[in-house]
Amino acid sequence: MSVVPADVLPGGALAVGETAPEPAGLGPRARLWPSLAAVYRAQLSRARVARIPLLFVATFQSVGIMILMRGVVDGGGEAQAVVAGSSVLVVAFVALNLLAQYFGQLRASGGLDHYATLPVPPAAVVLGAAGAYASFTVPGTVVTAVFGCVLFGLPLAHLWVLAAVIPLAGAALAGLGAALGLLAPRPETATLLGQLGMSAALLLGVLPAERMPEAVRLARDLLPSTYGVEAFARTFGPHPDWARVLGDLAVCGGVGVISLAVATWAYRRAAVR
Amino acid sequence: MCAVRGLTKTYPAARGRRGVPATPEIRATDDVRLDIRRGEIFGLLGPNGAGKSTLVRQLTGLMRPDRGSVEILGHDVVRHPERASRILAYLGQESTALDELTVSLAAETTGRLRGLDVRRARAERDAVLEELGLTPIAGRPLKKLSGGQRRLACFAAALVGERPLLVLDEPTTGMDPVARRAVWSAVDRRRAERGTTVLLVTHNVIEAETVLDRVAVLDRGRVIACDTPTGLKEQVAGEVRVELVWREAAPLHVPEVAALRDRVVESGRRWTLRLAPEEARTVVATVTGGAAFAALDDFTLATPSLEDVYLALGGAARQGLVKA
Repeated sequence: MSVVPADVLPGGALAVGETAPEPAGLGPRARLWPSLAAVYRAQLSRARVARIPLLFVATFQSVGIMILMRGVVDGGGEAQAVVAGSSVLVVAFVALNLLAQYFGQLRASGGLDHYATLPVPPAAVVLGAAGAYASFTVPGTVVTAVFGCVLFGLPLAHLWVLAAVIPLAGAALAGLGAALGLLAPRPETATLLGQLGMSAALLLGVLPAERMPEAVRLARDLLPSTYGVEAFARTFGPHPDWARVLGDLAVCGGVGVISLAVATWAYRRAAVR
Repeated sequence: MCAVRGLTKTYPAARGRRGVPATPEIRATDDVRLDIRRGEIFGLLGPNGAGKSTLVRQLTGLMRPDRGSVEILGHDVVRHPERASRILAYLGQESTALDELTVSLAAETTGRLRGLDVRRARAERDAVLEELGLTPIAGRPLKKLSGGQRRLACFAAALVGERPLLVLDEPTTGMDPVARRAVWSAVDRRRAERGTTVLLVTHNVIEAETVLDRVAVLDRGRVIACDTPTGLKEQVAGEVRVELVWREAAPLHVPEVAALRDRVVESGRRWTLRLAPEEARTVVATVTGGAAFAALDDFTLATPSLEDVYLALGGAARQGLVKA
């Protein structure tokens, strides 16, 4: 069907270029921020197409847990822990669990080839996707937090702290989710790891820490979502200790930086085999 | 513009697990040597598992070869795999990365990730979608499109952000004739205007014969021939392909038919024979007259295709090349 013979092409086509030792100019490289924005926007639009019904599942799950726990906890510190834990659980569900599944499937199906054959920095792909998944958690987390505050009679005054908790806990958990999804040898394993991570966030984050044995408390301290939960829970008190809130958020941020760096490394490793 | 020398990739043997049998070591590409010239449509033809995709993955920097070199437009892609993405556009077989995006956003995002700014990406997106006739479905997600339309949308994404080399892995799979024509005229336009080179992976014999300038025939990781389609067919010019389709079973009680049996490739009711023209005439005379005719459903006589070339060159797979 091709009608153009190769030897009438511009530049003398066939003969030219074979012997030229001079390497041809390369196409432009995509810069970090513009490509991050492009990936973020594309990922966000998936929510409309895929409708991510699990976003609603995440919220219902957290609301359900709070209703159940109402009969168990007796207000005060425990109620604060339950509300904060349930809110951050939404972040864990979406950013950790769903992102691990997404990257696991993308890797297994060869979808990473698309990004790997574009001149885009690996960090842009990982951060763009992680950012989008962290953004998906915003409505669910806010709804859960407001509902919880009303249910347990906690003050709504400091809910603005979610503006820091969601991105920082989101970064830590999304980085972890992306790394798990990209490192897992099979997509089923990625799904399993994502689910386990979320179950850990559920059990260790929502249940009040005072009732746990020492070993479980240690595990709780190792989980990055814990620091998001603690930071949020501290703000319910009459005189929040802002230094400790900041300290907890800093841990989230630090874990976020490390886990996103690991995820970027894992992406590079998965993209070229 | 693209020189491949001694390219070798071996997949290690896999130990068997429960439910998964062990596989021996597989040499996916074996000492491959190719020269692709600027502005040509160069094809890789072979059945499934011949090593076409593995070869392409090594050319696009997606996979490191064990040995050998790949030079594209003067750049060593084995040593600097990241440069491949700035020289070529790749259309792989999978669309999972784009599936949940709209056609328009898939093309625009791909353009931006190819280093275009927002305005250029949008302008090129609009031009390419218009050129391929995708504008009416620009707002629909790829997931909701038919296989052929989805493929065309992925092809559109590959064209946004121009590259001197297009690597297309079975680009027209599932497409209707209109979409196929859109693909080949888009390729031709870029070739005529900018001297774009195309590396095409296909197992479709007809497509290979009609669109390719030159073709390398791959079998079990080796290049067993490389020439123009016409040049390759001349190698088997002395042969004619005879296809016989029997109503139920071959009438083996007819001695002339029974005598042919050890020379045919049997596929159900279909017998395929490759014969000298004189012999072919005799066979057709035999089966269209006399006792065998009652058992015959249909027959065709054809000049050799690239499939015959593949088989004549010692291609191992009896099936796997598509003739449509």
